[in-house]
Amino acid sequence: MKNNTKQHEPKIHVAKRGGMVWYKSWGIRAAAIVLALIVCAVVIVLLTGYNPIQVYKAMFSGNFGSSRKIWNMLQQLAMLLCISLAVTPAFKMKFWNIGAEGQTLVGGLAAAACMIYFGETMSPIILFPLMAVVCILAGMLWGLIPAYFKAQFNTNETLFTLMMNYVAIQLVSFFIVFWENPKDSNTVGVINRATEGGWLPSLFGQKYLLNIIIVAVITIAMYIYLKYSKHGYEISVVGESENTARYIGINVKKVILRTMALSGALCGVAGMLLVSGTDHTINTGIVSGMGFTAIMVSWLAKFNPIMMTLTSFLIVFLERGAGEIATALQLNESVSDILTGIILFFIIGSEFFVQYKISIRKHKKEER
Amino acid sequence: MKAAIELKNITKTFGSVVANKNVSLTVNKGEILSILGENGSGKTTLMNMISGIYFPDEGQILINGEEAVIRSPKDAYDYKIGMIHQHFKQVDVFSAAENIILGLNEKKKFDLKAAEKRVKEIADRYGFQIDPSKKIYDMSVSEKQTVEIIRVLYRGADILILDEPTAVLTPQETKKLFAVLRRMRDDNKAIVIITHKLHEVMSLSDRVSVLRRGEYVGTVKTSETNENQLTEMMVGKKVTLNIDRDEPDNPTDRLKVEHINCIDREGVRLLNDVSFTARSGEILGIAGIAGSGQRELLEAIAGLQHLNDGVITYIDPKTGEAENLRDKTPMQIRDMGVRLSFVPEDRLGMGLVGNMDIVDNMMLRSYRKGKSMFLERKAPKNLAENIIEQLEVATPNVNTPVRRLSGGNVQKVLVGREIASSPTVLMAAYPVRGLDINSSYTIYNLLNEQKRRGVAVIFVGEDLDVLLELCDRILVLCGGKISGIVDARTTSKEQIGLLMTKLQEESENEE
Repeated sequence: MKNNTKQHEPKIHVAKRGGMVWYKSWGIRAAAIVLALIVCAVVIVLLTGYNPIQVYKAMFSGNFGSSRKIWNMLQQLAMLLCISLAVTPAFKMKFWNIGAEGQTLVGGLAAAACMIYFGETMSPIILFPLMAVVCILAGMLWGLIPAYFKAQFNTNETLFTLMMNYVAIQLVSFFIVFWENPKDSNTVGVINRATEGGWLPSLFGQKYLLNIIIVAVITIAMYIYLKYSKHGYEISVVGESENTARYIGINVKKVILRTMALSGALCGVAGMLLVSGTDHTINTGIVSGMGFTAIMVSWLAKFNPIMMTLTSFLIVFLERGAGEIATALQLNESVSDILTGIILFFIIGSEFFVQYKISIRKHKKEER
Repeated sequence: MKAAIELKNITKTFGSVVANKNVSLTVNKGEILSILGENGSGKTTLMNMISGIYFPDEGQILINGEEAVIRSPKDAYDYKIGMIHQHFKQVDVFSAAENIILGLNEKKKFDLKAAEKRVKEIADRYGFQIDPSKKIYDMSVSEKQTVEIIRVLYRGADILILDEPTAVLTPQETKKLFAVLRRMRDDNKAIVIITHKLHEVMSLSDRVSVLRRGEYVGTVKTSETNENQLTEMMVGKKVTLNIDRDEPDNPTDRLKVEHINCIDREGVRLLNDVSFTARSGEILGIAGIAGSGQRELLEAIAGLQHLNDGVITYIDPKTGEAENLRDKTPMQIRDMGVRLSFVPEDRLGMGLVGNMDIVDNMMLRSYRKGKSMFLERKAPKNLAENIIEQLEVATPNVNTPVRRLSGGNVQKVLVGREIASSPTVLMAAYPVRGLDINSSYTIYNLLNEQKRRGVAVIFVGEDLDVLLELCDRILVLCGGKISGIVDARTTSKEQIGLLMTKLQEESENEE
C-alpha cells in the first residue's frame, strides 16, 4: 500500500446553510462594508498618503455635497434603477438578457427621432404619448427578436442579445451622421436647444423630478407584478423549471415572448427618459454601460425591485464618489476604481458567508 | 477474521442536516456486510466517505488496522477500496474494456489486447459474463453494472462497496449477481452492499449493520435474526408490512390506449404499438426495467409527449361520452373537464418547483382560476394547511420552500395536491422512490383510497414485491412494447421478471 501519512487532512469544511434570520444576514453584509472601508483605508494610505477620512468625506460630498449633486445622484440612480427593473423579469425567467444596452439605445433613438421631427410642431399633449409609444415599441422590438429565436429555435439568448447591442450602436451612428448638427461636427448636438421642444417638462422647477417619479412608479408596479400577478407567477415557474411549466400546461414560448417584450419595453422607456428627459441629445455612449451594470444591480438584490433601489444606490454612490475624489483630491481615476473594486468585492463576497457556513474540522484522537 | 475497514465515531453534516452521527462499525475480510437503513438514514453518505467522495467532519477510518486519510476516489483505490455507485458513469461509445482501463495511469504502453485479456481473466475467476469488446450503448443495465464491478476489480480492489446494486435488476439478474458476490467473498474480499430490501439482506449477507436517521443502531448476524427484527431496528418501532387489496368495485373502462407509437428525434422507438385499458376502481401496475417507455407512456396520456400514431380515449364516468386525448395539451385536457392527475417521477424538477413554498406549489394547478390578473393565495393556503395536517407533512410552516423538505414530505405535498383535485384518473410514477417505510405506506394507502373512490389508478413501480401486493393487474413493458398484462393476484415475481426481459431475448435470438 502507498504511504499516505504525508497527506494533510482538510482543516476546514464548508457547508450550505439552511437559512438565516434577516438580522444576521444583514449583520454580515454590514460587516463586509466596514471591512471593505478598512481595507480601502489601508490602500489609500499606502498608495497616496492621504488621510482616508478625508477621502471618504470627498466620496460622501460627491453625492450629497450640494442640492445639485443630490439631484444629479437621484437622476443617475433613477436611470440605473429603471434599466435594472427592465432586465429583472427576463432574469427571473432565466433568460439572460444582456442586451439592455441596445434596447435602451434604440428607445433613445426613437425619442430623438420624435424630438427632431415633431418636437417643434406637435402639441406636447400628443407628442409625449406618441413618443412613449414609439420608444416602447422600439425597445420591445429589440427585445422580441432574440426572444422569438429563443422560443422558436432555442438559440442562445446571451449571444443574441449581446450582438443586438452592436446593431443598435451602428444604427445610432448612422442616424448621427444623418441628423448631424452643426454640419461636420459628427454629433447631433442638443436637440431643439432654443425651443426645448420635446423635452420632458420640469416639475416644481426640478428638471429631473419627473424622471424620478416615473421610475418610482415603475419600481412599485414591477414589485407587484412579479410577486402578486399571474404573469409574475408564470415567470417564476418557467425560470425555476421549464419542465414543471410544461407539466402544468404553461405555454412556455408565450411566456418568453411576453416577458422579453416587457423587458424591452421598459428599456425603451429608459431610453426616452435619457434622451428626452436628461441629455436632450443622442450618441452611441448615452447609456454608458448601464445596461450591463443593471445586471449586477438586479442580481445583488436577488431580483427584488424594492431591494434594487438600495443596490443601485450603492453602485451610483460608489461611482459618483469615485469621480469626486478623482477631481477634488486630484487623485488618479484608477485609485477610485481600485476603491470601487474593493468595496464591490467585499459586498459580493459577503453573500458567500450568508449562504455557507465554515467550520473547523474536529479530529478526535482519543477514543471513546 | 481480520477487519478490513474500521470506522470510528464518524460524523458528517450537511448544513443543519446530520447525515451521520458517531457511526462506528467494522467490515471484515471474507464477508458480505449489508448496510441496512431507510432512505435518508445515511447509508450512502457513510460509504461515500470510505470511497473518498466526502470527507468526514469528525472521526477516523482505519484500513487494515492503520489510520487512513481518503480524500478522493483515487486515494480510495490506493487503499484497494472500490465503490459501485447507483448511477454508472461510463462512456457510451467505448467498449467494456476501454471503459475499464479509462483513467488508469499506467506507465506501460497502451495495450488494449492485454487489457481485454485481463478483463476476461477476472470475469472467468468470479463467473461474470462479459464481452470485453462490446460497446456500452449495446449493453443492458445489468451488463453495464458488470463493467463497473470489473472496473473496480481491475484496479485491484479488495474492498467492494455496492450502492443498491439490485435496484435496476430483474429477479434473474439479481440471482446471478449474488452468486458472483458470494464467489468474491470466498476469495477473501470484503464486500459491503447498501440496501433497504430485507429479503436480499437475509439471502445474501453474513452480517447486517443497521443505520437509522444517521445513527448506528447495531450489527447482527444474519443467521441469528429475522425480517421483523431488522425492520424494527430500521424504523425504531414495530410495523406491520401489509398492504390492503380490496376487490375492484364494479370496474368500468375509463381510459383506453390503442396502438400508440412514439418515435423520438433520433428515430428511436420509445413506445411500440402500446394498447391497454385502465378501469375505474382498480390499480393498474406498470412494471419494466428502467427506461422501457414508462415515462413516455404516462407523459403521452398527460399530453406532454407527442405521439406518432394511435388513439387515447377517455370515457367520462358521468355521461359515458368518449373523448380523444391524443395530441391535446395539458391545458386543453383540463378544459375538457377531464380530471387527470399525474405524479411524475421527477418530483422537484417537474411536479413541483423546489424553490417555491408549499402554498405557491399548491397554486400550480389552480392559479389560472378567475379573471383577475392577480393571484389568489387564500384557497391554496388552506389546501396547503389541510394537506400538511392530513398527511402529517413535517415542515416548519406553509412558507417553507419544498426543496428543504425531506423526500417523503416532498412526495406527500405532491400527491396531496394531485389528489385534492378529486381526479378520475390518477397516474403515479415511482411514487415511493426514496421514501422511508412509513411514508411509503402512507402513499400506498392514499392510492388504495383513490381506488375505493372509483378512480382509475395507474402505478409505475420498480419494487416487484410491492407491485404484486398492491395492484390488481400488472402491465409489463419491455423496450417500449407491452410484453404482457397479468393478473397480480395469480402471477409470480419470476413470471414478471421473465416478461421484463422477454422481448429483448427474442430479438437477440433473431440476430
